[in-house]
This record gives sequence, C-alpha cells and structure tokens, in this order.
Amino acid sequence: MMDAIKRYLRPEQIRELSLVFLIIVTLIFFGTQIEGYYSGRTFNRITTTVAIIAVVAVGETLVILTRNYDLSVGSIVGFTAYFVGTQLANNNGISPLAAVLMAIGLGAVMGLINGVLVAYGRVPSIIVTLGTLAIYRALLVNYSGAKTVTTDSLPQWLLDLARVNLFSVGAFDIRPMVALALLIVVIFQLVITYLPFGRRLYAIGSNPEAARVAGFPTQRIVMTAYVLCGSLSGLAGFMFLARFGNITVVAAQGMELSAIAAVVVGGVNVFGGSGTMIGALLGALMINTLEQSLIRWLQISEFWRDALLGLLILVAVATDAVIINRLRNLWARSGLQARPATETPGVQAQEEAGHDA
Amino acid sequence: MMRNLERLKSWEGLLLAILVVVVVINVVQSPVYLSVENQVNLFQLFIERIIVALAMTFIIINGEIDLSVASVMGLASCLLAFLHEQGVPLPTAILVTLAVGVIVGAFNGFWISVVGLPSLAVTLAGLIGYRGVARILVEDRSIGNFPEWFNRLGQQPLLGPLPLASIIFFVLLVAAVIVLQYSAFGRYVFVIGNNREVARYSGVKVRQMKMTLFIASSTIATLAWLLLAARLGAVRGSTAEGFELDIITMVLLGGVSIFGGTGTLTGVGLSILLILNLRNGMSLVNITSNTQTGVIGVLLILSVLLPNWGQAVRNLRNRRRRVGQGQTAGE
Repeated sequence: MMDAIKRYLRPEQIRELSLVFLIIVTLIFFGTQIEGYYSGRTFNRITTTVAIIAVVAVGETLVILTRNYDLSVGSIVGFTAYFVGTQLANNNGISPLAAVLMAIGLGAVMGLINGVLVAYGRVPSIIVTLGTLAIYRALLVNYSGAKTVTTDSLPQWLLDLARVNLFSVGAFDIRPMVALALLIVVIFQLVITYLPFGRRLYAIGSNPEAARVAGFPTQRIVMTAYVLCGSLSGLAGFMFLARFGNITVVAAQGMELSAIAAVVVGGVNVFGGSGTMIGALLGALMINTLEQSLIRWLQISEFWRDALLGLLILVAVATDAVIINRLRNLWARSGLQARPATETPGVQAQEEAGHDA
Repeated sequence: MMRNLERLKSWEGLLLAILVVVVVINVVQSPVYLSVENQVNLFQLFIERIIVALAMTFIIINGEIDLSVASVMGLASCLLAFLHEQGVPLPTAILVTLAVGVIVGAFNGFWISVVGLPSLAVTLAGLIGYRGVARILVEDRSIGNFPEWFNRLGQQPLLGPLPLASIIFFVLLVAAVIVLQYSAFGRYVFVIGNNREVARYSGVKVRQMKMTLFIASSTIATLAWLLLAARLGAVRGSTAEGFELDIITMVLLGGVSIFGGTGTLTGVGLSILLILNLRNGMSLVNITSNTQTGVIGVLLILSVLLPNWGQAVRNLRNRRRRVGQGQTAGE
C-alpha cells in the first residue's frame, strides 16, 4: 500500500498538491470574508495578472533549473512593453503577428546578452543580471524621453486580448491572454519533462561540473535557457501592454521579484536541478490570489502585501529545506531498494539536489 | 597564493589608474569639482551606502550575500519615523530602531546559519518582506518634522567640513581594516569563504561567525539609515529602494570575489572612490542619474568579466608553457 503511494506520489507532487490545497483554503477563507468574492470579476482580475507573471515565471524557471538567476526580467518586460507600445501607437497598422514577433525578438536579444555573459563570459548570473537590470531600465528611460504610451493610442485588437471573452466555463470567462499563458506553461512543462534539452537543464542544475564532464554542451544550453527566458519575458511585455495600455518608464519594475517569488513558492529549488512549470504556475497563482484578495479585504491594508509575500517566500524555502528534502531522501532510498533498474534521470537529478542542500 | 596576491595587486592598480583618469577628466571638465564643498558633498550623497558596503565586504568575502540591506535601511527609517510620530522621544526611538536592526540581523542569520538556507533566498525574502513591514508602518505618507538637533546632525559639518556620517564612516573603516586584515576573526572570514567545510573541520565556529556577520550587517544598515533620515529630514516607504545594486557594485568592483574567499578593503575603498567620482563627474556635466545607474551596471559586469578574461589568457599561456616543457622532458 505504502509502496504504491510512494510510486505515484513523489515529494514534488506532494508539494504541488499542498500548494493547491493552500490556494483552495485561501479562496474559501476570503470567500467568507469578502462579499461577492466568487464573481467573474475577481476571477478575471486574478487570472489576467497571473497570466503575465506565469509567463515570466516559466522563463525564470528555465534559468533557475540550471542553477542561475535572471534578475533582469522586470526590465525586459518593461522595455518590450514600452517599445512595442510606442511602435503600435505610431503605426496602428502593424499586424498582430509582427507585434508579437517584435516583442519576442527584442526579449530574445536582451536574453542573449545575459546568456552570453553568463555562459561564455563566466560572470556569475546574479552579477550579470543585476547589471542588466539597471542597464535595460536606463536604456528604456533614455529611449522614452519621459513620454508615456497611452491606451487610446493603441489599436483595438491589442486591448481586446485582455478584455474579450474567448470562452466561458460557467460564470467564468477565459481571456485569450490567459489561454496563451496556460498553453505556454503546458508546452514548457512538456519540454522540460520529455525533451533532451529539458532533461539537460536539470542535469546542469544538479551538478554543473558533472554535466560538463558528461559531455553536455553546458554553455550552449545555459545560453539557450537565457534566450528563452528573455523571449518569454518579451512576450510577457506584450501581454503587459495589452493588459494595462498605459505604459510608463517604470512599467513592470520589481517584476523580477514577483517572478522569482512565484518560482520559489512553487517549489523550484533556488540551487537548480529540481522544480516544474506547473509548480511555478501554482506559485504565481498562490501569490496573486493572496495579493488580489488582500487588496479587497478591508481588515488589513494593502500595505501588508509585501510583508506577507516575504514571509511566504521564507516559509516556502524553509519547508523545502527541512521537510521536502527529508522526504525526498526517504523516497530515493526506498526507491533504490524497490526498483533499482527503473530509475529515471529525473529521479536521480532530484536525489542529487536533495543531497546538495 | 602568490599569483592570487599578484592578481589582486594588479586589480587594485587598474582601479587606481582608472580613478586617476576619471579625476583628471573631472578636473578638466568642471571648475567646481575640486572645491571642498563638492568633495564633501560627493561623499555625503553616498555616505550611507558606503558605510553599508563595508559590512557587505565581510559578508561577500565570507561567501554569502545580503540582498536585504536596502530594505533593512527602509525598515529602520520607517520605524524611526513611526515611533517619532507616535510621540516616542527621539533618543529612545533611535535605540529601539538599532535594537530592531540587531533582531532583523539575527533573524536573517538564524535561517542562514542555523537552518542552513541559502543566504540568497533568505535575504531575497528579506528584501521584499522588510520593505513590506516598512510600508505597513508609514503606508504612503512622508514623515518629517524631526527635532532640530537630529537634522543638524545629518546636514551640518561637525568636525571641520566633515559631517557626523563621514566621521562614523572613517571610524568604521579603520575598525573594518583592523578586524578583516589583522585579527583572527578576519582570517576566519576568509577561511570560511574559501572553504566552509575545511573551516568547520579546523574548529572555526562557522555558524557563530555567520550569525555575527549578518547581525553586524543589519545593525550597520540600520545605523546608516538613521544617518540618511537625519540627512534628508523626511522618510517615505520607498526610502533607500534599490540601494543594494550600488552597494554590491561597490564591493564587487573592488575585486572581492562573489564566490567568497578573496578581496581587500583597499580594493573596495578604491572602487568606492571610483564610483563616487564617476557619478559626481557625470552629475557635473548633467548626465541624468538614470544613465549613471546604467553606467554603474556596465561597470559591475565588466568588473567580473575583465578579470575572467585575464585569467583565461593566463591559463592559456600557462598551458602552452607546460605543454612546451612536457615535450622537452619527453625528449
């Protein structure tokens, strides 16, 4: 019986399930506190915000899996949102596809700069991206000339992305943006589970030296992770533009913290080597549900948001270190005894991460 | 070891050379640059960050990082303002704030040294969380109206042209040099940064050391913030936001390795001077502070990239030499 449970429930899944449980508890709690909480409006507000963060968090997860960080994502989102916004405001005729490609391309270039410096320049990622966080933002401010992109200058199709209903589930509408974000989470979850590229991200994060010795093109893979992260941030910038319309030079400032918070709360190991996209999505969902609910909850002011967020991250990391790692070791040990031949690379990677911490 | 020393020396030499160039350009560019007011002002504008950079040097050499310092500064300022607003006499409020600084440091230190969490994650949570607590305290108000003597302490010169903050900085600098370079404690900081396990097996109390360092870091950040409050005369929830970038840049540009184990205060001192003069010079020719931040970002990346390239070139040369020797030995 115990073995059967152990076989189908790995520690990661327990973690994700407990996150789902926590989200449900949060929803029930605020449902009793806030009148008209279970409405289409609340649902839309939460899902459209989560959609943007989730896309950034997917990119961030790719990078964190390799034991690196990307702190510049907030600046990339802000830059692309502003740049694409200005282009569309100047020329409403740009086709949607061209606009999206422009955003993704711009993000990819910025991600490439990060990636080359980290992978080939051998500069620690935290330094590179702390630097580019400042550099990309400075470029944006200089480029903007203190002007603002306004909603009324943007084409209608763009604004519809965050407002029009794609299809409804009961009283809840699904916006095109939300569907897009979900699609991206699913695609990248499949990529990191089944593609060699994805598995190598785990391998590099678990033990960079071993991965290099084993013959993986470590540098190229890390760089690719950064380029993907940049591209996804660019896409998120496009979504940010669609969602808010009014873009100033401080757009998406601090989003890197939200994204990393989502990733960490979602159970992605900050030392690389373990974590899933579904987890990152759940992390984003958890944080934003809490944020959006707190804003409407009158008992405490919205100024509590950051303090609670900090606490949430700390609790998530601490549970990871204290409980989940112990569980993981237990699982790994019993797994080794029960079925030595069917070890998957993923289990080994997670096992190693467990020993590391 | 010798080579390491050489490398550091050359790094400091490089910093010094760049500093001289920047100073010369500044002198040529602007007649006010050399005035005493400008020189004092140059320090004053960054004095709080410089003070915190001293503590950060210890932490990074020790192989950890403290991203939360700017938020601790914000928290301290907001707590002081909050207590002041509630009618607590200022001296008491200052003491309470410093005590909270110690507690915050111990809180960070607990998670890092006792539970064993990565300092990056803990202080990232701190970066968000402490700022959040600061926001709870002052919300979106701006609190000022500190007593006259408090503001005077921050704004007026105390000794010659030097205000209190500069004096505190120099005292701390001397203390830091003595502790880091001439005491057992300082040696242990390096040993732990080089290899935590070896340090532990050699009987160094690693946990206790890390705890001490994080408490010191937060306390100094708190102190620095009190000085900033005195200088600005008013406090807001966003005070000191983003300072961590400046502080970490100062330390890393000074040649301290982000992986721990190497670095000198001389290097950090030079990099502080360099950054100050660069910013000051850019301000004098009306380059916006935003562009300045971008330039600092470039500097930060270059400060690690350039030594890496130097190392790569050296390695290549060494390998060639070794290969050459191997061949002669074989014959």
